[in-house]
Amino acid sequence: MAKIVGLAGDEAVAYAVKQCNVDVVAAYPITPQTIIVELFSRYVHDGEVNSEYICVESEHSAMSACVGSSLTGARVFTATASQGLALMHEMLYIASGLRCPIVMAVANRTLSAPINIHGDHSDMMGSRDCGWIQIYVENAQEAYDWTIQAFKIAEDMDILLPVSVNLDGFILSHSLEGVKTLEDEEVMRFLPPRKSVYSIDPEKPITVGALCLTDYYFEFKRQQEEAMRNVSRIVKKVNEEYEALTGEEYGILETFEIEDADVGILCLGSTAGTARQVARKLREQGKKVGVVKLWLYRPFPTEEIVAAIENLKALVVLDRACSFGAPYGALCSDTVSALHQFDKKLNISNMVYGLGGRDITPSNVESMFNEALEIAKTGVVKEPIKFVGVRE
Amino acid sequence: MVKLQELPTEEMFAPGHRMCAGCGAAIICRMTLKAIRGPTIVVSATGCAEVATTIYPYTSWRTSWVHIAFENAAAVAAGIEAAYKAIARKGAWDKQVDIIALAGDGGTFDIGIQALSGALERGHDFLYICYDNEAYMNTGIQRSGATPHGAATTTSPAGTKIPGKPEWKKDLAAICIAHGIEYVATASPAYWNDYITKVRKGIEVNGPAVIHVLSPCPLGWRHNSEDSIKLARLAVQTRYFPIYEIEKGKYKLNIRVYKPLPVEEFIKAQGRFSHLFKPEFAKEVEAIQHRIDENWSRILQLCGES
Amino acid sequence: MSVKRKLGWKSLPIGGVIPEAGSSVKYKTGDWRAFRPTINLEKCVNCLICWIYCPEPAIVKKEKWVEVNYDYCKGCGICASECPTKAITMVEE
Repeated sequence: MAKIVGLAGDEAVAYAVKQCNVDVVAAYPITPQTIIVELFSRYVHDGEVNSEYICVESEHSAMSACVGSSLTGARVFTATASQGLALMHEMLYIASGLRCPIVMAVANRTLSAPINIHGDHSDMMGSRDCGWIQIYVENAQEAYDWTIQAFKIAEDMDILLPVSVNLDGFILSHSLEGVKTLEDEEVMRFLPPRKSVYSIDPEKPITVGALCLTDYYFEFKRQQEEAMRNVSRIVKKVNEEYEALTGEEYGILETFEIEDADVGILCLGSTAGTARQVARKLREQGKKVGVVKLWLYRPFPTEEIVAAIENLKALVVLDRACSFGAPYGALCSDTVSALHQFDKKLNISNMVYGLGGRDITPSNVESMFNEALEIAKTGVVKEPIKFVGVRE
Repeated sequence: MVKLQELPTEEMFAPGHRMCAGCGAAIICRMTLKAIRGPTIVVSATGCAEVATTIYPYTSWRTSWVHIAFENAAAVAAGIEAAYKAIARKGAWDKQVDIIALAGDGGTFDIGIQALSGALERGHDFLYICYDNEAYMNTGIQRSGATPHGAATTTSPAGTKIPGKPEWKKDLAAICIAHGIEYVATASPAYWNDYITKVRKGIEVNGPAVIHVLSPCPLGWRHNSEDSIKLARLAVQTRYFPIYEIEKGKYKLNIRVYKPLPVEEFIKAQGRFSHLFKPEFAKEVEAIQHRIDENWSRILQLCGES
Repeated sequence: MSVKRKLGWKSLPIGGVIPEAGSSVKYKTGDWRAFRPTINLEKCVNCLICWIYCPEPAIVKKEKWVEVNYDYCKGCGICASECPTKAITMVEE
């Protein structure tokens, strides 16, 4: 029976991990992820979980220990943010290269310099090519639900790739919400014990992490890409199973009033909530606006995105990270590429916002929609990429 | 202590690896696996003993073996140890599994020191073996924190102004024992009995253990391939590399060297020190001998000997 | 695993794993050497010193003596150098 518990985003993640019968957690604290590791430590010290918790001495060692554990066949979790994610960068590629189904929560926080502890997507965007499956959540409920689903997705035998569940630092990590939680047994039934293709079993000695020279490396990378191509199908399957259990509908992306919209906003994370609220208000005024919120960012759901936006007259793509020197921000780049693959053209305005936790207000979003409507009317994109909310 | 005839005949380290002819590290890998007692997992850091033994699709390891990255052998070993603890607690595994982390001086003294320190402080049950060939040999003989004073490496070459590495070697045993662990030892492959006994001791310790073993490198030290064991012996006989162990805080000298050979005997056999024999660098050899004598007195005192 | 014909990504084990322990025995390093060790069995006392110090290993224990496995011996000469009875000589290939 569903129970509603008041949980902040970080707490929701820790609680989900507790229920998922994780074997090993190796993590290093960093604001704003600290609540996850603190709460989990409390579960361990109170004997509420049967997991090993390694208080590692750095994030690099956190991911190293996680990879080691995962290779034995254990179910493994970690969490980090910002500088910590940057520090474990080399290990992210190794985790995906060795096909470890690790689940990691990232309480998205911006990257130094200058140092800033607040939320934006620079950290995970800086590692978007590392071969991890990447999911962005809008609120604590989604953080809870996606963490549980993440294990099932990662551990699927056709995937065996690590998953990062991204939640906006402070905005989600530290904000209290009423979260509908499952019973422990329900999660246990949803998540059977992990199976492995290969594991470090001293009774069946294998070599893991060999040197693969020019004559072999390429093949293993192609295998990884193939696993990525299976993700979309399996995410949908896991979502269906989860819906049967909880009644919560999930998918690759979520749209709001996009079917007949003239213009839309495409974004990740908590901003989608603000966008939806503004869209509701503008719809009452007769403006045909819609919102597309992407849950699954990697692998980029090319087909689904194009299907959602192809009939729009203009689209604003919001990037909460700056890809310095690039023609567009990360999300916008991927969107434009997706459209190109399907031979579609669309007037797109990329808006970089919210860096370093700069607040995005409903009036910001309203002006974004209005700009989109202007583009739809004139057919001209005056500024392909804009910075919204920065003082000139 | 064991007799050679009592050692297992089975080779857990298979031939066909690409380590250099006469490689000290290859001898060490082989000797290490003679000391295992049951299911063993070897965690290797990037380096000679990793790269040359596992070129896809060939592997020389007949035990479980995993390599992740350069600086984190200790962290990976910690993760594996924790996983087995968790799995055992949940009733899915009930056997003894021994974990040996194997890293070079590169992956230990410098880039690996953080992971090692963390793992020792947390008290994981594993044996960490540092095979020390005194430079980053695998990438082309660059200096490390373990390179001795005066040695020529590609990043501390024997120049006209600066003759080799100006800095002195880090004391790994002292760093490790500062963590208060139960067993730390130094070793040399020339003394196979001492080394193999120490590996078994380290495995049997319930908690972290560290062995620092000297690994002669024909290519990097610039000596003939047949002299590897001879040099590993000379290093001890000149007191350049003292062999001792620290068990539960008590120091014990394992190989007494009553009549030490002068350090020249050790360094003249290696090309990496040949520049020190130029007249303008004579003081360097003196300084090295002086340090060796000082260090030996310090170790004797710690071992309660005179 | 056959190494004459290299497998493609669809057939290779995932993640670069080598499932066959000790597969390096398929790679013969004997052609590296310039000198080969020859054992004078009359002098050999079966002390096994050469056996413990061989890096490959390329010294094989037999009942009353040792033999060199020339498939892998790289000719480093440590066995000849360490043999206490000087039973091993390095002969040019």
